Amino acid sequence: MTQMSLAPPEARRLSNAYQNWYRFSRNPTAVIGAAIVVVCILAALLAPFITPYPEHVGAVVNFRARHQPPSLTFWFGTDNVGRDIFTRTIYGMRISLLLAFVVLGTAVPIGTILGLLAGYFGGWTEAIIMRITDIALALPPLVMALAVAAVLSPDLVNSLLAIAALWWTWHTRLIYAITKQIRTQEFIEAAETLGASKFHILFREILPNCVSAIAVKTSLDCGFVILVGASLSFLGLGIQPPTPDLGTMVAQGAGFLPDFWWESVLPGLAILFVALGFNLLGDGLRDLFDVQEVR
Amino acid sequence: MLELKNLCKAFPIRNAFGRKTGALQAVDNVSMTIAPGDIYGLAGESGSGKSTIARMIMGLETPDSGEILIDGRSIHDRSDGVAHGRRVQMVFQNPGSSLNPRRTVGQSVAVPLDAHGFPRSKRPARVATLLDMVQLPAAFAERYPHELSGGQKQRVAIARALAVEPKLLVLDEPTSALDVSVQAKVMDLLTDLGRQMGLTYLFISHDLSLMRNFAREVSVLYRGGIVESGTSDTVFGHPSHDYTRLLIASVPVISAEEAALRPVIPLIDGELPTPEQLIALRQAADRQA
Repeated sequence: MTQMSLAPPEARRLSNAYQNWYRFSRNPTAVIGAAIVVVCILAALLAPFITPYPEHVGAVVNFRARHQPPSLTFWFGTDNVGRDIFTRTIYGMRISLLLAFVVLGTAVPIGTILGLLAGYFGGWTEAIIMRITDIALALPPLVMALAVAAVLSPDLVNSLLAIAALWWTWHTRLIYAITKQIRTQEFIEAAETLGASKFHILFREILPNCVSAIAVKTSLDCGFVILVGASLSFLGLGIQPPTPDLGTMVAQGAGFLPDFWWESVLPGLAILFVALGFNLLGDGLRDLFDVQEVR
Repeated sequence: MLELKNLCKAFPIRNAFGRKTGALQAVDNVSMTIAPGDIYGLAGESGSGKSTIARMIMGLETPDSGEILIDGRSIHDRSDGVAHGRRVQMVFQNPGSSLNPRRTVGQSVAVPLDAHGFPRSKRPARVATLLDMVQLPAAFAERYPHELSGGQKQRVAIARALAVEPKLLVLDEPTSALDVSVQAKVMDLLTDLGRQMGLTYLFISHDLSLMRNFAREVSVLYRGGIVESGTSDTVFGHPSHDYTRLLIASVPVISAEEAALRPVIPLIDGELPTPEQLIALRQAADRQA
């Protein structure tokens, strides 16, 4: 037994956490991604306090100040009815992040549980779950969202539902693949012979081994979901005006290109920024955890 | 304690389309009886069916025919309400893969306690006692398997197997993944624990030197069937079956005296024959006689 092993457990715990932090901080992609994500989330949460014209979120009209270029008064310029685009962009970010969290908050747990069940039990459970997954995978989320928005009414809740209804499939596939591989390992057999319940094996033995893959996949997904949400709004099937949404703003500003370029380009850059942040974070986490299977 | 009666198990061989094209007889009509407190060795090369027998005893595989009795009752007879896991536990071959890498030692050792309804409040104390039993400091409960050496991991696996005090322990090659120096310590620990707790061991190994030192009764398994059994001294000192002789002759030796104690095996092209060749030679000799 060495000196190391005699250190009290609290000290060792701390050093483990510190080691992880050190590895994370040495990974530039992960750090930049995390910084962008934190900035976006803080901006979205603190929107009423940091934006110069919070009242411009609603149906405010100020025709004297319409189509103003970016300036110190209006950082991102103003739109065709004279509203501050910076304010509306920050509020639009709020909606985009909300969309991402609600979609992934429902899709990830559902996808994970179905993947665990299919991978562990095999047989009919696997056949039924995985065939449904295959069918759902064959539908592009954007097309599904278009169909739902066209049949029901185009609003935020419906677009959330449409995206979430298809997004779980990717997580099911991922967790299914990992579970299949883990269930053949001896520690699962050991747990079975020790008398552990199925619930214990699924959620205490297998799930902890999937956590890193779920974290990577989810952070990559945040960027994609935000893009899909913005695409829907751009097509006029997502969030409806006057609620500010990045996709809607790009669509409305596009009518005034190229003279009033800031009206579409700057909200577009905001979409790019937040999606890029999540993608960098996801890639960084993948390098950190050394996860092979994701994507 | 443990009784196997005419145990058989075959695995289907399937072609690429999933059609059954044959069967591999992994365990062929095996019977044996292990007395309480005994250390029973099951020897044989890879693929001889040793592990399949262990897995059937643990309930991980179902026998095609035959019976497994513990204290005179079938392991499939659960009418007395005592869970199978409380009568018999197993120590797996590779401690690197039999402990979940994402769970602490304490969590792993507590799995059988949770499963068999051990009171939650007494759990940390019980885990500490179990770790102490296998001569590990209680602080190890906080560690993850990757922070432990191979020998330490196998001690944790032993502590976990003993958590709900089974009377019978199946040791499936418990030291084959360990360094030779560590092997002896783990075997000493098992011997001590066995004596203290009155355990019965079924010790499965291909390492004959280890088995000779550890086991009192030995059965030799070849292609799923028992070819020879008896006390350790008889089987290893005066092997009666060709296959046993071949196994013993294959054990590496250091000195000339040791080499002289080896059974004499006819060589083919200057090398030891395979079991199949040896048995064919013997049959040919018998036909001539």
